[in-house]
Formats: sequence, C-alpha cells, structure tokens
Amino acid sequence: MTNSSIRRNAPQNGVEIRVRGIVQGVGFRPFVFQLASRFAICGTVTNTSDGVVIRAWAPAAALLSFQAALVDQAPPLARITDIDHRPLSSPAESDSFTILPSRDTGTVLAIIPPDIALCDDCLAELRNPADHRYRYPFINCTNCGPRFSIIETLPYDRSRTSMKQFPMCPVCAEEYKDPANRRYHAQPNACPVCGPQLSWHDRNGSTLTVDDIIAAAIGAINSGAILAIRGLGGFHLCVDACSEAPVAQLRERKRRPAKPLAVMVADVAAARRLCNLSDEQARVLSGPQHPIVLLTVRPQTKLATNLAPQLSDIGIMLPYTPLHHLLFTHPDCPAALVMTSGNVGGEPICTDNKEAFRRLAGIADFFLLHNRDIVTRVDDSVVKVVAGHPRLMRRSRGYVPAPILVPYELPAIIGCGGGLKSTFSLARGKTIFPSQHIGDLFNLPSYDFYRESVINLKRLFAIEPVAACCDLHPDYLSSHFAKELGLPLYRAQHHHAHAVAVMAEHGLSGPVLAVVLDGTGYGTDGTIWGGELLQVDLTSFHRLGCLEPLPLPGGDAAAAEPWRMAMACLFRCFGEKACDAPYLVDIDPARRRVVLQMLESGFNTPLTSSCGRLFDAIAALLGLQSVSSFEGEAAMRLEACARQAVTNRWQDELLEHQEDCRLDLHYRENEQRWEIISSKFVKRMMDDLDTSGNGPVAALQFHSWLITRISHLVEKLAGRTGITTVVLSGGCLQNELLLDGLLFSLGQRGLSTYSGVQIPHNDGGISVGQAVIGGLQHVSSSTDES
Amino acid sequence: MSETTILLDHGSGGLASQQLIGELFLKYLDSPILRGLEDSAVIDNQPGKLAFTTDSYVVDPIFFPGGDIGKLAVHGTINDLAMRGARPLCLSLGLILEEGLPLADLERIIISISEAANDCGVPIVTGDTKVVPRGKADKIFINTSGIGIVPENVCLSSKQAATGDAVILSGTMGDHGITIMTRRAGISLQGDLQSDTMALHRLVAGLLDQFPGRIHVLRDPTRGGVATSLNEIAASSGRSIVLDEGLLPVRPEVRAACEILGLEALYLANEGKCLAVVDQGSAADIIAALHRMPEGRDAAIIGTVVDGTAGRVLINTPIGGSRVVTPLHGEPLPRIC
Ligand SMILES: [Fe+3]
Ligand SMILES: [Mg+2]
Ligand SMILES: [Zn+2]
Ligand SMILES: [Zn+2]
Repeated sequence: MTNSSIRRNAPQNGVEIRVRGIVQGVGFRPFVFQLASRFAICGTVTNTSDGVVIRAWAPAAALLSFQAALVDQAPPLARITDIDHRPLSSPAESDSFTILPSRDTGTVLAIIPPDIALCDDCLAELRNPADHRYRYPFINCTNCGPRFSIIETLPYDRSRTSMKQFPMCPVCAEEYKDPANRRYHAQPNACPVCGPQLSWHDRNGSTLTVDDIIAAAIGAINSGAILAIRGLGGFHLCVDACSEAPVAQLRERKRRPAKPLAVMVADVAAARRLCNLSDEQARVLSGPQHPIVLLTVRPQTKLATNLAPQLSDIGIMLPYTPLHHLLFTHPDCPAALVMTSGNVGGEPICTDNKEAFRRLAGIADFFLLHNRDIVTRVDDSVVKVVAGHPRLMRRSRGYVPAPILVPYELPAIIGCGGGLKSTFSLARGKTIFPSQHIGDLFNLPSYDFYRESVINLKRLFAIEPVAACCDLHPDYLSSHFAKELGLPLYRAQHHHAHAVAVMAEHGLSGPVLAVVLDGTGYGTDGTIWGGELLQVDLTSFHRLGCLEPLPLPGGDAAAAEPWRMAMACLFRCFGEKACDAPYLVDIDPARRRVVLQMLESGFNTPLTSSCGRLFDAIAALLGLQSVSSFEGEAAMRLEACARQAVTNRWQDELLEHQEDCRLDLHYRENEQRWEIISSKFVKRMMDDLDTSGNGPVAALQFHSWLITRISHLVEKLAGRTGITTVVLSGGCLQNELLLDGLLFSLGQRGLSTYSGVQIPHNDGGISVGQAVIGGLQHVSSSTDES
Repeated sequence: MSETTILLDHGSGGLASQQLIGELFLKYLDSPILRGLEDSAVIDNQPGKLAFTTDSYVVDPIFFPGGDIGKLAVHGTINDLAMRGARPLCLSLGLILEEGLPLADLERIIISISEAANDCGVPIVTGDTKVVPRGKADKIFINTSGIGIVPENVCLSSKQAATGDAVILSGTMGDHGITIMTRRAGISLQGDLQSDTMALHRLVAGLLDQFPGRIHVLRDPTRGGVATSLNEIAASSGRSIVLDEGLLPVRPEVRAACEILGLEALYLANEGKCLAVVDQGSAADIIAALHRMPEGRDAAIIGTVVDGTAGRVLINTPIGGSRVVTPLHGEPLPRIC
C-alpha cells in the first residue's frame, strides 16, 4: 500500500502503519507518541508479535509528515527493516493518541535493548545546577542508560531488573507514567531521592566517608593511585593515562606487560587532540553505543608512552555513564584516564562489589562503587573503522543483545562458539542473537560466565534450543559443553563458520568464495587450517586453496613464541642450515637447535596453513617480536612497522605484479587445491633484507605479496567457478592494511566483496556461522527423516 | 645358541624353542613353578580377595634411560595390582618377537625382567613365546598378567574420592613420558632425562598398613598422565578436583623440556608414580611417611577434592587464575586462533 491512497483534501484521513525491525524496547512507542502530539494526530500505537502497529488519524499533510518523521527521526537505537501502510476507512476512534498495552505478549519475540550511553538531554540536566538530578550519577531516560546489564527476566519491567530494590519516589513515578515525558516507561528511572548511590572505599573495602566522592576519586587518581570503578556492565581499573608511573604500576599489578590499555577522554575534541580522527571515527566514538574505537595516536601527545608500547593504535572511548561525566567535569581531572576492564588477566570482568574486593585486592588502591547490581556482565565493545565501516572487533556493551536478521528460517539452535574470544549465539526463525564477548573458556571464571550466560539468554530470548552446533575442534570447552547439552549436535568447520557468519550478516545465501585469514582452526583432514580459500554455501564448503602448510613447532607454544615460526620458515627455505642463518640471534642457540630437531623429526609439530602464524614468522624474522606477551602482538607490530612504509602509490602497486603471482602458486593435483607458497616470498625477503636492511619496506612488501597472491588466486577461481561474490573473514583481518588492501584489490578485479561489520572477524563471530550451518543442516536432516 | 638373531623357528615349539626356553628363560627367570614347564601355573589358595590384571607393552624404543621394555612390563603390571591395594603374587610373561630381533637384545631384556621380578619379590610363573615374520611386530611386544591378593578390609576405588580429601602425587611428573617421546623422535636435550619406571607395591603396602581406612583412591597416572587420571577420578566420584600449579612436583629438566617442546607435564605418562586420594586429616602424616620411602621421596600434596561440577578438574595458577584441565583425547592440538 502507498500513501497516495490518502485523500488529500479530507480533513481526517486514517492509516494503519506497521513498522518491523528493531523497534521494541528502544523507546519507539514514546517516540511515536511524541511525534503524534507534535503533528496533532489521534489514534493508537501498540507492540504486536509482528512489529509496532500505529493507527493514525489526521489531515493528510500531517499524516505524511508524521510518516516521514517516523523513519527520519526514529530513536537512535531503532532499526527499521520494513514499514507498510494501509488506509483505514473507519473514522477516528478518539480525539487523542494512546499507547495501548502490548498485544499477544506471549508470542512477541522478546527484544531487549542494549545499554546505551548517557544522552545529551540527560547530560544537560546532569550539568544544570537547577535540575533536581544535578550531579546525580545514575541519571537516565528512555533514550539512554542501563538495560541489558540490569535485566533479570522478561517482560522488561522495573520489577524484573536490579532497579527493583529502589522504589520510585513520587516525582520519578509521575515521570514514568507520563507518555509525554522523556522518562515514560524508563525502567531504570531514578533520582537522588530514590535511586542508587555511590560509595568510596579503601583497598581493604572499608568505607571512607568524604564530602565529595568525585573529588576524592580525582584526588586519588592525581596522587598516582589505581582505582577500581564499578560501572555499567562491570568494573574498570582506572589510572591517570598521562603519567607513566601509575600506568607501569597498573601493568605490573595486573600482570599485563604490553597489551594496549583503553583510554577515556572527555569528548570528541579531546580525542582529536590525541589521535587522528576522521568524521566517521568521531561519529562512532560519540554514537549511542560509545564503544572503544581504535585510533592512530598523534606523535607528541600528553599520553603516557607505555599505554600501547610500539603500536600505533590505541583504544579511545568517551564517557558513557553519568559517573564518567562527573569525573571528567571535575577541574582537576587528567586529560585522559586509563579505563581497562577490571579483571585478572584473561578472566571476565568482576560485577559484584564483594567479588571485586576479593579479586581486585592487590591491584586497586581505592574502590569507587555503587549499589545498583549488575545482573549481566558486559565488557566495553571495541570498534575499528576500516574501509569506511565501523567494524566490531569485540561486540558487547551497546550492541548486545541486538539481533542479526537473516532471510531464512532457523530452528531454535545454539551455536556454541570457539575457544578464545568466545561467544555463543541463540537463534530462532529469522533472528540470531549473538551473546556478549565472553573470552578464553579455559579460564574457569570465563567458562562459568559462559555457562551462566547461556542459561540467562535462553530465558531472556525465550529460546530453548532443539539442536546445537559447535566447532570440529575436540578440545574446545565449547565443544565439550555442546556435547553435554544432549541435543542433536552438528559440527561446523572453523573457517566455514567464519565465512557463514559474514554471509549471515549480509543476507547472502551463496555460493560464495571465502577468504579466511585466521590463526588456527581444526581442519576436516585433521591438520590445522588458518589461511583458507573456500567455496562456501550455508551448509557445506570445498577447500579450493590455502597458504602453504608450514610446520608449527610446539603447537600453541609457536603462537606464543613467533621465533619458532620464523625457524619453521627458515627450515622450509634453508633446511638444516636454518640454525646457522644470522637471524633470531636473541634466541639461545641451544633452543634454536631443539626446535630444528623438532622440525626435522616432526615431533609435536603439526602442519598448519595458518595466516596468523605466517605473520608471526615474518615479525620475528624482521626482528620485531620473538616472544609475544599477548595474542596477536607480533602481527600488530608487523602492521605498525609496515605502515611506516606506506605511500600513496601503495594501492597501485597492489594491481601490478600479475606475472610474479603465478610463480608463488602451486596446484596440488591429488588434493585438487591451490597453495600459495609463502616460503618463496620469505626467501626473497631474506635476500632483499640482506642488501637493503629496510624493515618497514619488507613488512609492507609482505602485506602486498599476500594481498596480490590471494587476489590473483581468487580471481582465477572466480573465473573457473563463475562465482563473483567474495566474503572475507578471520582474525588476521583485524589488520587494517590487509583488509583495506584485499577489499581494494578484489574490488578492482570486479568481485563483490563482503566482510564483517556487526560481527567480529575474529572467533567472536563464529557462533553466528555455527547457528546458521547447524540450523540449516538440522532442518534438512529433519526433512529427510520425515 | 649359535644364531645371533631370532628366527621363525624359535617360535615353532620345536627344538629351537626348547633351546630358547632352556638357555635363556629358565636361566634367568628360574622359579619353582616356572621350572615345572606345565601347561599352567598352580598357586596355593590364599586368604583375601583375588586381584587379576593384564597389560601389554609395545614401547619404542625398547631400551631407554632409566629402563627397558622388560622392566616396564614387570613394574607396570605390579603397579596395576598395587593400585587396588593388592599384594602381587606372581606374573605371567607373554613374548611376541619379531623375526630378526638380535638375541643379545632379547637376553638383555630377559635379564632385566629377571632383575625386576627378583627385586620386587614377584616371580614369573608361566609364560609363552611366539615369533612373527619381519614387519608383523616391532622388535618385541610383551604381555604380562598378574595375580595379587587384596586383604579383606581393603577397598580402593576412584568412586571413593570424598569432598575435602587431599590429592597426593608420589613423586615428580612426566619423567617417563618425556624420556620416551624425545628418544623416539631423536631429540637430544640438555639435562638428564630418565624414565621413572619403578614398582610401587611396597609403597602401597606401607601406606595401607600405617593408614588403614585413610587411603581412598590409588591410581597410576600412566598414559594420558596425571591430568587424565584425575579426570577419571573426578568423573567416577562425581566430584571436582582443584590442583595448585605451584605444588606440582616436576623435575627442572622435565620442566625445561616441556617448555621448549610445547608439552604439558600434566599429560605425560608416568611409570613409577601413583596418585593417592586420602583423608585430609591424615595427609600430612601420609606425606611424611612417603618421604621416608625410597619410592615416595618427592611426594607432594597437589590438590583437593571439592564439591562442584561433577567430573571437573581445575588448576589454580600462581598468578591467581583458574584453568579447566580437560582429559586428553589424542594428540594435543593447537587452540590459539
Ligand atoms: Fe578463528
Ligand atoms: Mg596398566
Ligand atoms: Zn537520557
Ligand atoms: Zn526519584
């Protein structure tokens, strides 16, 4: 139906508008209500199982404006996928506009809003001495504040959140009931009279009584102390980010020697003083989710140099709770604060005050707490803007639990995820709900958090899985967990799942060519994969090509110690002379000899086509990193090194070298797949390096080499298969040069290329792919049986 | 014997076989029952419950620092008996020899078996030898079965691990596994790596004697190592086990070898160690007693049995973390993505 059917001259036209998408629990009905008042429209709005339904009567012009505004001015969190109109012949039912109670609540597909950064209206009130919530650290409204992190069960209602222990005072209750108020049905609505309060404690947890907690906290920060701050979805550890000593102290106490620490600054202008900031980056930084955005630090800033040693990127975020704003509003607040998740290396963040006193004892000098319970842990999300899109590297606060919508039907299924950087996904119908970032499941607290979250989210989304899908890897705890569920179990190959996650996000049904550049994942042939070129559809795949399998001396030890992979490359190039080469001189010769023996005998040395390990090898050969202190460190160093050599000729160079590409490709007749022979490149690189000694140029050449070989091979396979849609995924694509280069180079070859935006490239994304692969396999196996 | 290697004839049951039995087996493994060369050994009736076990040994290499396949075959089966609290009575010895095995090697193994059996005070009372053509076996395979007597009042089983119990390891971890694996691969490492092959029946008898009712479970953490045995104990008792990484006894050479090879000592095989789950109140006394025994010199309390998720084994790391220790399915596979 179209709006043309509205009779323009009649004083009162009626129309029924149905809005589908993410329109529930995002303040959509109050928004409609306010629009209706603005355009003098009468009628009703209600939530149904099939979206929001509006019945509106008004003069035609007003109706038209109203309908346009519905889309143009929709609340920041709403995502309208579909809107249709139907004229109503009946006259207006009343002369006012009403929000009706939800219809068919039993079947409404529960949508829980994510936690949202403080909105401008609330911020203005926070700063207005005349406002009754002036400087109140828990101010919020329908458009902002805690949601997912405080919800216990559905329907979403104050009595089922951790706000239930704070009965609203008459003023708050009045606002809550008034459809014209910004706090209409704002479940966490609170004020200084009735709501949560801050408290201030020493390292032993004893309460300290002070006049102004914010001033006390700023004083402590300025004296070099480490603060544990209870926030929205967990705890932060906070120190002055402009001072080396406290940062060093925090690193030592947190046992985190080198991993970059996230930093919070007052506003976009402050971020711009520290980092190069594009408009898009500024938009993401200050968007409703307020994620951590990875930005390139300007030289010569006030920031402490030990925040992200030897890396060019740093994670920056803006204040997203009223408490953060109060800290930054204090005149003595440092220009930047470290806000790193309050945990012991690798564990999930603490949520409970008592737990924080116990687990953060020995790290924090002071505790800045509050008494609003955190029901569900949510870390800060991490975004990197690459090739014009803000891409999630860690999807948590602000994004979860928003669903991914797909154009096919899935049964109720759980995708159990991977090993490190785990998430799980619950899916039903056309909707997939990825969980928040959970982490390395081998850490017991993370594994418990995972198991607990499965129970919570099953209840919140009302999804009781009838099938499960996990990785092929037998030793992932997520695979053990999947088995214990006792449901029909499907196993998806790791890189197939990576590829299908991208397809799900972009609504592709295949077949596509997938380039998955990853760390390691278990292959169908029992070897370790990780640099894959696959032909993929939603339920199956073929391995068309991969990076040359290299030995992985010591298994996971090779991921922690990139020099081992460098030895593997040298061994491939120079055989037993690998030890004599003048590389890796900082490694004890006895250790090098043992690794050489491992390479010769194959002892605990599986083969892997991993792209991540190839990055490690190159980083170590260039002397950038022989031992890593955190996952991906060597690859990050290599990227930072290569960036120093990037010129504006770089992209053009990616289109040259067509001839050379052929030389590095090898077709394995028996396995019918292509291999990209990386040892050939390594040999050339070592020769060049001997003469030029230019590390950054070599690092960039490696990137160019990889991009051109992959693009060349994809083009060749596209020609052969007739498939021109390409998806890119895998943890290595967190490397901006690589992702940018591949998107450009494949695009120039006339291929349509898709990669993760909402869903992380890393293992945080595979549960989405698993839900699709397992779900569709389950559907076809159930049909086969009947 | 004039030949220097094993021939198919040596397994024929004919003259060559008899020569082998006379000139090798009886010479070294002499015991009154074996000497009879009857079709089966007849053992006098003993008071108590009968324990019966069997195990086959196919280790490669057959000679290694700290022992050989023969010693392993004696100790391994005695230990299986001991883990149920049995006093080992006697063993059988079944040999499968590959044609071409140097007789000198066989003799060396038989001498080793004889020494081990004598040291343990457990005679070989019956045996059998077969020879298979080249390539049908690898040098020598040995099967030993053993019979032992369990005193009426003794009942050890993984099911009996109780909440609060202490978990004791009788000595250092991984010595056997790392020695065999590196030898097989031809990897030479600094430091003295040796198999720990050793019989534990005296240690067990001593503990059961001094601490009646206090020892709840005994297991020998052979293939799959301490991690796998503890997972089995946790699963059959329906409890959790929490280890403390700082308390795990590992020789520095083994630790260094594991580090460079990318292995975990928790998963390496042991051949002269036992895990004991014991009453918490007696744990300190049990450790003191173990320290007085040659087999238990390096014994340590490594963890505790707790309530919690059934079948789960955890390890607390020195930096305050807690990891889940899964049983080994096969080869360790990389997990880092
Ligand atoms: Fe992966
Ligand atoms: Mg055995
Ligand atoms: Zn607000
Ligand atoms: Zn109030």
